[in-house]
Amino acid sequence: MSAQSESRFVSAVKDSVAGGLIALALFSLMLGMKAEVASGMGGQLGIEYRWGAVAIAVAIVFFGRLLLNLFVWKSDKPVTGIMSGMMPKASSFSGLGKFAMPVFLVLAVVLPFLLMSYYGASGSRRYLDLAILVTTYVMLGWGLNIVVGLAGLLDLGYVAFYAVGAYSYALLAHYFGLSFWICLPLAGILAALWGIMLGFPVLRLRGDYLAIVTLAFGEIIRVVLLNWYDFTGGPDGISGIPRPSFFGLEFERGDDGFAAFFGLDYSSIHRIIFLYYLILAMALVTNFVTMRLRKLPVGRAWEALREDEIACRSLGINTTNTKLTAFALGAMFGGFAGSFFATRQGFISPESFTFMESAVILAIVVLGGLGSQIGVVIAAVVMIGGFELIREFAEYRMLVFGLLMVGIMVWKPRGLISTRTPSISLSGKAKGISADLVQEGHG
Amino acid sequence: MSSWTNNPILTIEHLTMRFGGLVAIGDLSFNVGRGDITALIGPNGAGKTTVFNCVTGFYKPTEGRIVMHRANKEEYLLERMPDFKISAKAKVARTFQNIRLFGGMTLLENLMVAQHNPLMVASGFTIGGVLGLSSFHKAEKEAVDRARFWLDRIGLLERADAPAADLPYGDQRRLEIARAMCSGPELLCLDEPAAGLNPKESSELNALLQYIRAEQGTSILLIEHDMSVVMEISDHVVVLDYGEKISDGTPDEVKNDPKVIAAYLGVPDEEVDQVEQEVGL
Repeated sequence: MSAQSESRFVSAVKDSVAGGLIALALFSLMLGMKAEVASGMGGQLGIEYRWGAVAIAVAIVFFGRLLLNLFVWKSDKPVTGIMSGMMPKASSFSGLGKFAMPVFLVLAVVLPFLLMSYYGASGSRRYLDLAILVTTYVMLGWGLNIVVGLAGLLDLGYVAFYAVGAYSYALLAHYFGLSFWICLPLAGILAALWGIMLGFPVLRLRGDYLAIVTLAFGEIIRVVLLNWYDFTGGPDGISGIPRPSFFGLEFERGDDGFAAFFGLDYSSIHRIIFLYYLILAMALVTNFVTMRLRKLPVGRAWEALREDEIACRSLGINTTNTKLTAFALGAMFGGFAGSFFATRQGFISPESFTFMESAVILAIVVLGGLGSQIGVVIAAVVMIGGFELIREFAEYRMLVFGLLMVGIMVWKPRGLISTRTPSISLSGKAKGISADLVQEGHG
Repeated sequence: MSSWTNNPILTIEHLTMRFGGLVAIGDLSFNVGRGDITALIGPNGAGKTTVFNCVTGFYKPTEGRIVMHRANKEEYLLERMPDFKISAKAKVARTFQNIRLFGGMTLLENLMVAQHNPLMVASGFTIGGVLGLSSFHKAEKEAVDRARFWLDRIGLLERADAPAADLPYGDQRRLEIARAMCSGPELLCLDEPAAGLNPKESSELNALLQYIRAEQGTSILLIEHDMSVVMEISDHVVVLDYGEKISDGTPDEVKNDPKVIAAYLGVPDEEVDQVEQEVGL
């Protein structure tokens, strides 16, 4: 026994030394030398050596590999096995939806008052802004969930519809002086129209090809907005976008403002709270419509399309139209969220609609679990809220982002909440369907 | 006169399908009789599944005409229709050689998806459904009842809320047939329905097909390798070899046709020369 464990220790050390040597070779160039314009030498290029950093990196690799070897890879009882046993099982999550939804909902509704009573009017503004941001992403996630989660169409350019919605409102307000409440439906309709226009030629593509074309579409919209200077203001963006009113009451000081009408003291926080409830209501409408559609023939056809497109066609389902409705609906909710974004910021520019935004929204949907509404909420709160709270460490944002992704891929490759709830039940007590059986769709 | 010449439900005329230089089907003509169980048999690679794919619109034939004569006297030229319309309008349903169920959806959901088109109309193309109109609830209830009926028929009612991918192989085959029947077809095309079934399941399948033909009035066109199934239940057998029809008739006629014996059913080695001489090879 002791001889065996000793040989295991020796082989672990050997392996770690090999890993350390490779790390040394790589890091001595990557970390150890840094090209720098030396100030003392009149702008000449010099090399700064950082052997300390190399030593730290190599030590991390060596000891990390040693520990992994001893306790995971070559151990009789891998630590990860014990840990994954402690991870919650998928089945225990299925009940979570029932309780989590009402709890989240109540929390979301009373949140502004909780914050106000705790931090006061001025102190809570930061947190309310963050809550608005998170809720916007929840809405975007729910919108994209229709396309990616239900219909199984990989859309990498979702931000294009967000941009269409935002610019629709901004331009209509700028050129025609239309108010937010008129523009909100218009922005949604315009985004849906763009969704259909993109969808018609593109939806015959599948999988990777669809992803690439939607990615390109997202970039095209952004580049057009950037270069059409006369119309969109190009990189300068559009400023002075009007704020929304509360049934005709503006949120401003004076006799006909919101505060005066309700006999309150004027405070700028009123508008923020109003915006929060506005986006919350819009997000809930998105959720309500999605949940409703899932139980209708069109929603079932989306999911069937994700499972097997050929079988769908053999059953008389017009797959092109079905895909288009999913695309258009997803785009419409993106458009609604976009016009909200415009009215909240009061200023928009193409910079807000980069590919990174698409990637973050998609990551929220994928990490949360494809097709899961509550999963999207959790992922949005963690990813957007979590990152904003650690703003001081903004440099490490991408590092944490990557670690989170790796962690999810290892432990929950199908997302946090991956069980699928049947849309209809004969006995009334259908169980959630394990993620292993559900297809992701191939475009 | 046989029913397939008097009263055909499907007529295939001069059907040719070429893939590049390969002729998968060459000038094939045959009829499928209304109310018959018609079997399409032939060795591997004879072009049986290609015929199916042409009939159900998954391939566009290079040449030829495929006419569906519906009970209400409407006629459809299937070679000109997109695949989903063949199911929706011409009422031709099919199953697949490699089962294509919606594995992550429950049995009930599978059968509900098959009733997509009538439900879509009932839901006012979704708008009425979102608003919760009662006419949709009524239509949905009828659809559930029909699904329940078919689940009961194939003996899977207790598993209605289980995912389809969890079913054993034989049950999946029967579920796929039930799903095709839920789309209300007049002609049901089955691609090797008995493949991989044990004798008991195979006889259950025979009973199911007989029931579909007798009680539902649906004509059946099937591809099959299992000769016991073919000879027992089919009224009409068409034999393909290398994309051409070599025999066409009742099971007894086909069984005794020397060409069929040579090409497909097989003869003892010592008789090969003799049979080939008779056939003229």
